[in-house]
Amino acid sequence: MELLEEKKNKNRKYEPILHGIPDWPVYQLSKNRKEFVELVTRQAVERIKILRPTRKQLIDELEATAYREQNRIKRNRWRVDPKDDSRFWLSVKNELIELSAKDPETTGTVVDTLLEKIVSRYANEIAGNFKPNSYRFTREVVKFWFQRLLNGARVKKFGAFFRNQYTLRDKIQIVGKVNMLRDLARKGTVVMVPTHFSNLDSILIGWVIHAVGLPAFIYGAGLNLFNIKIFAYFMNSLGAYKVDRRKKNLPYLETLKMYSNLAIQKGAHSLFFPGGTRSRSGLIEKQLKLGLLSTAIEAQRNLYQQTPEGEVRKIFVVPVTLNYNFVLEAPDLIEDYLQVKGQDKYFPEQDKYGSIELIRFMFKFFTKGSNISVSIGRGLDVMGNYVDDAGNSLDPQGRVIDTRGYFISNGSITDDKQREDEYTRMLSQRIVSEYHRINRVFASHLAAFVAFEMWQKKYPKLDLFSLLRLPEEDLELDYHEFRQNFKRVRKKIYELKEAGKVYHATHLKGKVDQVITLGIENVGIFHLKRPLLKNKKGNIITKDLTVLYYYHNRLVGYNLEQYI
Amino acid sequence: MSNTSEKPVGVIGAGNFGTVIANILALNRKVLLYTRDEQTASRIKSENQNRGYALHANVEPVHDLEQVARNCDVLFPMVPSAHFRAMMRQLSPYLQPYHILIHGTKGFDITLPQDQSLETLTKLSRQQVKTMSEVIQEESVVVRVGCLAGPNLAKELAQRQPGATVVASHFNEVIQIGKRLLRNDRFQVYENNDIVGVEIAGVLKNIIAIASGALSGLGYGENAKGLLISRGAVEMVYLGRALGGDLKAFLGVAGIGDLVTTCNSPMSRNFTVGYRLAKGEKLPDILADMTEVAEGINTVRIAKKCADHYKIRALITDRLYKVLFEGMTVEEALEFLMRYPLNADIDFI
Repeated sequence: MELLEEKKNKNRKYEPILHGIPDWPVYQLSKNRKEFVELVTRQAVERIKILRPTRKQLIDELEATAYREQNRIKRNRWRVDPKDDSRFWLSVKNELIELSAKDPETTGTVVDTLLEKIVSRYANEIAGNFKPNSYRFTREVVKFWFQRLLNGARVKKFGAFFRNQYTLRDKIQIVGKVNMLRDLARKGTVVMVPTHFSNLDSILIGWVIHAVGLPAFIYGAGLNLFNIKIFAYFMNSLGAYKVDRRKKNLPYLETLKMYSNLAIQKGAHSLFFPGGTRSRSGLIEKQLKLGLLSTAIEAQRNLYQQTPEGEVRKIFVVPVTLNYNFVLEAPDLIEDYLQVKGQDKYFPEQDKYGSIELIRFMFKFFTKGSNISVSIGRGLDVMGNYVDDAGNSLDPQGRVIDTRGYFISNGSITDDKQREDEYTRMLSQRIVSEYHRINRVFASHLAAFVAFEMWQKKYPKLDLFSLLRLPEEDLELDYHEFRQNFKRVRKKIYELKEAGKVYHATHLKGKVDQVITLGIENVGIFHLKRPLLKNKKGNIITKDLTVLYYYHNRLVGYNLEQYI
Repeated sequence: MSNTSEKPVGVIGAGNFGTVIANILALNRKVLLYTRDEQTASRIKSENQNRGYALHANVEPVHDLEQVARNCDVLFPMVPSAHFRAMMRQLSPYLQPYHILIHGTKGFDITLPQDQSLETLTKLSRQQVKTMSEVIQEESVVVRVGCLAGPNLAKELAQRQPGATVVASHFNEVIQIGKRLLRNDRFQVYENNDIVGVEIAGVLKNIIAIASGALSGLGYGENAKGLLISRGAVEMVYLGRALGGDLKAFLGVAGIGDLVTTCNSPMSRNFTVGYRLAKGEKLPDILADMTEVAEGINTVRIAKKCADHYKIRALITDRLYKVLFEGMTVEEALEFLMRYPLNADIDFI
C-alpha cells in the first residue's frame, strides 16, 4: 500500500509566529474586556440610531425586541440564559409602556438610556473570555490524549501507550498555503472561513490553527454549545464569543456585528463558518451567510478611514476546506435535508445513534485508516482579490493594486452601506469558488460519486426520492463497469487539477483497483450501515443509498456527471 | 448645470453612439473622447466634428488610453462587442479599484474552446456567453460597473429629440453618478439594479428587429408587427431569464422601449437584413455590401444555441436561425409560426 500513503514531508512542525501569549491580540482583547465591551456598546448604539433615525422608529424597534425576547423566554429557555432574563425584559417592557403614553419626540434621553442598557447587556453576553492558563491546559490535554490514543492503538507493543511515534500530524494532513497564511498573520489580520460539515470542525480547526503556529483565533460559537459545561470551558479558553441564533432582533444583530468588526479592527484573527450551519446535503456550501462576512469589509473600510495616508493594517480572507472520508452526523444531516426538500415525498426511518457511538467513532478514528485533510487556500483581500506573500492585492494580471480604492468615491473614502452589501455578496461568491478550487478529492468521494451517479443513470425515470426508496436487492453494480467509470472520472479530475479547478489527495493516483478498494473501505467508514461494499461476486452494493447520496454530493458542482 | 471644475469623464470609442453620448455628457462635464489612432483624433479635433456630429466644446478627442484612465474616475466604454474584450485588455493595466465603468455596448462576448468555432458548436451555455459587464469584471479590477441601454438612436439623440435611457448597476452609487452625468432636460434617465437583465434585453431585441424587417419586406402591415413585437417580447423574457436576467428589465425602457423603437426603424442594420432576406436575397450577398456587421445576425446564432442548451422554446429565434443559416425561406418560417399550436398569451407573471 506504499503508493496510497500521503506524502509525509508536508506534515512538518511549525514554530509559533508569536511566542508569548501576552502578545496575542485575542489576549489583549480579553485583558481589556471591560473597555472593549464599552466601546462595542457605544458604537453599536450609534449605528442603531443611524438605522432607526426617528424616535418613533427607535421605540417601535425596542418594542419589537422586548416582545420577541419575552417570547423567547416563554418558549425556548436554555440553561446558559442569565437568571435575571425575565426580570430584565419585564422592566424594559414596563418602561416602554410608560413611554407609549407620551409623544415620541418629547421622550428625550429615556429612550437612549434604554437602548444603551439593552445593547450593553448583549455586548456583555457576546464578549469572549480568553484565559491563557485554561488555553494552555486545554491544548495540552487535547494533545496528550490524542497522542495516547494514536500510539496505544497503532503500535501494538507493551508500553506503546506512552510512546510518541505517531502524532496528530499523521492523522490530519494540512496542505496548501500554510506558509502564506503564517506570513499574512504576521502582516495583517486573518479572517479564516472554513467549510462546515461536522460539529467536530471547530475542534479540528482549533487544532490546525495551533499546529501551524498561529495565535488563537476568535470565533463565534453557537450559544447552545455553552449549555454543556465542559464545552463551555473549552470554548472560553479558545477565544470564542457567543452567538445566539434565537435572537434575531436588530439591536442584537448590530451589537454582534459591531463586536466582530471592532475585534478585527483591533487585529484579532477571526474564524467564521460562513455557511452558518453544517452543510445538510453534503454539498460544498453554495450560499454563505453575509452578516459576519460584511464585518470584515466594514472593518477594512474603517481602518482606511482612520488612516487617510500611508500603510494600513490589512485584513486577509483565507478560505479553508475540511476533507473527510466520514462525517459522523451524515445520516441525520441528509435526512434533515431530504425532509425539507421532499416535504411529504420522503419518509425518514427512525434510527438514531447515542453518545456511545461518538466514543466508538473516536476510537475507530484513531485506530483505523480514515484520515482527514485540511486545505488552506490562497489569501484574498476583502474584495476577493488574491494577495501575494507580502499581502499586496493583485489584479487578474498580477499587478499590485490598492484595496483602498474600492471605498473611494469622488476622491474620498465614503460610507455606503448598499455598496458594501454588494461587496459582501461578491466576496461570498469568491469564497465559494475558492472552496471548489481547493477542495481535495479523496478516493472515497470519487467512489461514492461514481456509484451513485451510475445508479441514477440506471433508473433515469425515477426522481431522487423514488430512487432512494429502491430496495437494496435491486442495487448492484458490475465491478468492471464501475471500474471503467471510475477511471474515466478520475482522469477528468486530473484534468481539472491541471486547470487549477480542484485538488486531489495523492492516494488517488495509485493503481485503479487499489484506489477503488481504498475508496470503498473508507466512504462513511464508521456508519452502522455502510454506504458502499463489495459483495461475494466482487460487485458493488450499498446498505444505505441515502448516506451514499450525501457523500456523493461532495463532488457535485464540477460537471462530472456527464462522464458517467 | 455646468460642473467643469470636477474631473473629466472618459468616453472610449468614437463611433456614432460614442460621439453622441460624449456630446450629452459634455453638457455637464468635460469629456475625453478616446479613439484608437492618432490621425482620427487629430482629424476630429481639426474638423471639430465626427461622423457628421458637431462636437461640443467640452469634448476633447484623445488617443491615449492611459491618459483617459489617469484623468477620469468615470469611463463610458462604447465599442462594438466583437472588440470589447480586446479593448478591456488594453485598458486594464491603467485601471484602479476606484474607477467606475458604465458601458453602452449591446452584444455578447463569446469565449470558445480552442478547436471549436461558433459554427461547429451546437450548444452554448453561460460559461461561454458573457455580457459586457461580466467582461469588464473578468478583465480588470473594476467592480463598480454599470450599463446604459434603451431606445437610443444616435441621430435622434443628436437632434435633441426627447428620449430616455436606463442606467443599470448593482450599485446605487453607480446609478446615481450615471444619472447625474447623463440627465438633461431632453434626456430622461431611469434606474434599474438588474444590470444583466438590462444588458440581455438590449442584445436580444436585435433578433426581433431582423424579424420585423422581414415582415416589412413581405409587405405586411401593422397587425403583423403588433403580433411580432408582443410575441417577441415574450420570447425575450424566456431567453433572458434562462441567461440570468430578471423579468422587470424586459418590461422597461431597455426592454419593450428599445424593442418597439428598433422594430420601427427601417434605417437600422438589423431591420435591413430582415427586409432583404424577405425580398429573396441570400445572407452572404447581403453581408457583402454592408460596411458593418449587424449585431443581430450573431445574436441569432448565439441565442439559438443557448436556447438549445437551456431547453427554452424560442420559436422566432429558431426559425430565423433556419432562414439565416439553413436556407429556409422567410415565407416558410412565417407559415410555421402561424400554424404553431400555442395558445397561452402570457404565462410568466
